Amino acid sequence: MEFLRPATWDEALAAKAEYPTALPIAGGTDVMVELNFDVHRPSAILDLNRVTELTEWTNDGSVVRLGASVPYARIISELSGPLPGLALAAHTVGSPQIRNRGGVGGNLGAASPAGDSHPALLAAGRDVHVEAASVRGTRLIPIDEFYVGVKRNCLEADELIRAVHVPVADGPQQFSKIGTRNAMVIAVCAFGFALHPKNGTVGTGIGSAAPTPRRAVEAEEYLQGVLAERGLWESGELLGTEVVQRFGELVKAAASPIDDVRGTADYRRHALAVMARRTLTWCWNDYGKQIRSAA
Amino acid sequence: MATRTIQGQKNLQNINQASKDGIGGSPLRPDGNLKVRGEFAYSSDLWHEDMLWGMALRSPHPRANILSVDISEALKVPGVYAVLTHEDIPGSKYYGLEIRDQPVLAIDKIRYHGEAIALVAADHPETARRAVKKIKVEYEVLTPIVTEEQCLDPETHGYVHEPHEYKSHAYGNICHEQKLVSGLGVTDEVRAMADVIVSGDYEVGMQDQAFLGPESGLAVPAEDGGIDLYIATQWLHVDREQMAPVLDLPEEKVRLTLAGVGGAFGGREDISMQIHACLLAQHTDKPVKIVYSRDESFYGHVHRHPARMHYEHGATRDGKLVFADCRIVLDGGAYASASPAVVGNAASLGHGPYVIPNVKMHAIALYSNNPSCGAMRGFGAVQAAFGYESQMDKLAAELGMDPVELRQLNAMSEGDFMPTGQQIDSPAPVVELLQRAKDMPLPPPLDTEHLDVRALPGALSNTSHGEGIVRGVGYSVGIKNVGFSEGFDDYSTARVRLEVIGGEPVAMVHTAMAEVGQGGVTVHAQIVRTELGVEQVTIHPANTEVGSAGSTSASRQTYMTGGAVKLAAEAVGRALIEKGRRRYGWTHQDITLAGGKVVSESAGVLVPMVDLLGDEAIDLTREHHHRPTQAFDKETGQGFGHVQYTFCANRAVVDVDVELGLVKVVELTAVQDVGKALNPLSVVGQIQGGCTQALGLAVMEEIIVRDGKVRNASFTDYLIPTILDTPPIPVDVLELPDPHAPYGLRGVGEAPTVSATPSIVAAIRNATGLALNRIPVRPEHLTTEQPG
Repeated sequence: MEFLRPATWDEALAAKAEYPTALPIAGGTDVMVELNFDVHRPSAILDLNRVTELTEWTNDGSVVRLGASVPYARIISELSGPLPGLALAAHTVGSPQIRNRGGVGGNLGAASPAGDSHPALLAAGRDVHVEAASVRGTRLIPIDEFYVGVKRNCLEADELIRAVHVPVADGPQQFSKIGTRNAMVIAVCAFGFALHPKNGTVGTGIGSAAPTPRRAVEAEEYLQGVLAERGLWESGELLGTEVVQRFGELVKAAASPIDDVRGTADYRRHALAVMARRTLTWCWNDYGKQIRSAA
Repeated sequence: MATRTIQGQKNLQNINQASKDGIGGSPLRPDGNLKVRGEFAYSSDLWHEDMLWGMALRSPHPRANILSVDISEALKVPGVYAVLTHEDIPGSKYYGLEIRDQPVLAIDKIRYHGEAIALVAADHPETARRAVKKIKVEYEVLTPIVTEEQCLDPETHGYVHEPHEYKSHAYGNICHEQKLVSGLGVTDEVRAMADVIVSGDYEVGMQDQAFLGPESGLAVPAEDGGIDLYIATQWLHVDREQMAPVLDLPEEKVRLTLAGVGGAFGGREDISMQIHACLLAQHTDKPVKIVYSRDESFYGHVHRHPARMHYEHGATRDGKLVFADCRIVLDGGAYASASPAVVGNAASLGHGPYVIPNVKMHAIALYSNNPSCGAMRGFGAVQAAFGYESQMDKLAAELGMDPVELRQLNAMSEGDFMPTGQQIDSPAPVVELLQRAKDMPLPPPLDTEHLDVRALPGALSNTSHGEGIVRGVGYSVGIKNVGFSEGFDDYSTARVRLEVIGGEPVAMVHTAMAEVGQGGVTVHAQIVRTELGVEQVTIHPANTEVGSAGSTSASRQTYMTGGAVKLAAEAVGRALIEKGRRRYGWTHQDITLAGGKVVSESAGVLVPMVDLLGDEAIDLTREHHHRPTQAFDKETGQGFGHVQYTFCANRAVVDVDVELGLVKVVELTAVQDVGKALNPLSVVGQIQGGCTQALGLAVMEEIIVRDGKVRNASFTDYLIPTILDTPPIPVDVLELPDPHAPYGLRGVGEAPTVSATPSIVAAIRNATGLALNRIPVRPEHLTTEQPG
């Protein structure tokens, strides 16, 4: 097994071009588990830990460019203001040790439907992009198009994830995750929700309840319609039980879960509806308060 | 005369103060800080120059015929020193804790998912892994026999072991059974005597011991043709008993030394890699180390028996129990392991700490193609307690009675009889334990004004901000035996040596006791300090150079090996005093040992031990046997079967998110009689640990097996409680001495594991109103698919 340790981003891209089957590793919180369990036996490992720019983030006021290796612990401590949904998701990742090592780049690279950041990224708006690069150049992949199958993403063999671009939150965001214990648990299912008052949209993200992380598009459209038609963005008035219920049902309908050792498909659908209702209610209550205090 | 007495009293004031680190004190564990700092050497840290790494090929199928095994490609891998199959075993090809029914390496047949077929020794673990993958096995895959119905219909579904191969009283696919009848039994006439009858079917999933240190050890071939094995185990001598015939060596040439044990909980009672490492070492004449990976560990040790139970209880209108009828079916899996003893426990303890005039019981363990099950903390009493305590709550609800009062009304106490006919001849404060659990102040209600999500079900998973949360409270009490039962003489041996080292009297304790975390090493030193009046006590490494200490299980080590240490220390003390009498001609009848001196109550200090001992050591070995017990009658279950009984009562307080089915245990109170707390800090730690393991079984811990295949052999999906799942565990300890036991002590470690699970389930029932007849309780059981 080759062990490649590029010192710079350009060297990393060159190495990936030369060894397209090389498995990138940063925090190692996913890769090392798979190696230990003998699930993968990659021909080469590409260690990105010397490429320090991957652990940096910038915020231009409208978009956060989050380096692929920024650990979850720093997302929680440094970015819970601009990226509240992602920070809540980061709180639920593994243990303190895992949160010190793992980052969003690895979550995206593994593309597991159970990855905790995906629902938060999907909900964070239409303008979330994965910055993928190769010696051929750089492309920004819309997050919706990034996940293509169970543990598969749309990266080319010579591409590496450099960063993810996430719009700064312009409204409340929430994230909920079901696990069968109260910490250190892989999601049975998860749900991310965000209000985007600037463009009158809402965002959703479903985790662990379909072959890939996915949005609940009909639920988003339904809610956007209600909010627009009833002038609720302006009034901040209560949504009413019927709207909340309907939203939950549409989120549930958007999932296509399976039965596995972590939970049943029926339970996942049920829990998604509950989490959708609750996260919507929390976000909308916060939004309503903001509107009223601004008035 | 008068002057001497005064002088003596003066001296004694200083000397007779008992050591604060003697019994009843709480000196800290010698290995505690090392373990917390990650510096403790576990068996997986063992190392030897030129050692090889051993690895096993395991079956991916639960049931199959092996048509051929081709090791030729594996042998060609550079760095491979040996590839062995059952054909290479020099001696007996079978082993087993109680019944030698398990092949060391599979012979023609596969009986469970993960059964070892062949072994590789190589110069690097990666080389060994590659070589294992090159072994070609041709299987004829068969439909596994996995359900109770399939097991009990061998004509249709076949036999796990061919009946002519049975090495015990097995029949059909029943590995062992125990019946019990007391009073009038349970007949239609008896049923007619009850005003109220409640019945229920209960199910317990397969719990794992989930110790953190995987099975590991190092086998070193010796010049005398024997072998030295450094091993994490629970009982050195019983390992040796099973190993020697396979290795074709006399027992004295198989020498075992205990290596650092990373948890056990019953999972190290059976042989795992011991024989495999020794076979490879014998074959290669090189040291061989084996360390299981985490997933291999899940295949490599036995689990707690899953159980299906049917209970029926009848009572008078005012709550007095009239009868109880029970059938317990334990899935023992492919090999017997400890199944017979687990069945004996389930049958004899399966009606709980209650006085029931008429009882019937039938307990069986099945042979199946599921993973083998055997010893785990609580040992047959855990499964039954979930059944009978669920029944008590059901009966209380039916009668409109308070569940604690119903239990107290029927609770046994000293002088009462077990359904086995054995009289309880030491304190059995069941009523008081329950009362104390009930009287403890309740935790404050959920603070909805200042919500901290960490305190809610789901915690930082952020599933509730107070929505859907309902609090529930539940109670339970349980009974567990201490020590090995049914006529088994599980004696312990201890050697105590007293000598002068560096101008001080120093005692050394040498036993073969496996320290697996129970705190025996701390307690042994405490006993010697108390008995010999010396401060400096060293603990010799545990090995087979001294006689058996029995198993570190059945809550027995402090009772049994602690008792042996007491006997040996007393003998050393008597020998020391005798030496003084011979030398100095003392005639005092009030001589004791204290503060490193020989002391007379009346005459004061007679001589410092240092002077009396000189260069001589006193070195004595003693065995401790508990009072004899009897086998249970096969049909009636009658017999003086158990050494001692132990009781624990619990109160659980839970918050349940009733919409999502998530549970947070808010508090888990335990009240337990320990007879005498030799080390109060360790006692509380044992009780809290036992409660936590019970919590795991109540709400999360289960090995998921589908069609004989283990689906979650990892800590990713086999969940054990984290600190956020572990509530405050207030512990109330009673010390009511048992006159039959050393110091009056009562084994501690298992009773809370037996009793705490049902209290948590009762609390969840209280919050949700659901029946909950299966554990662990999963979120879907509280929401979308309530079982039963």
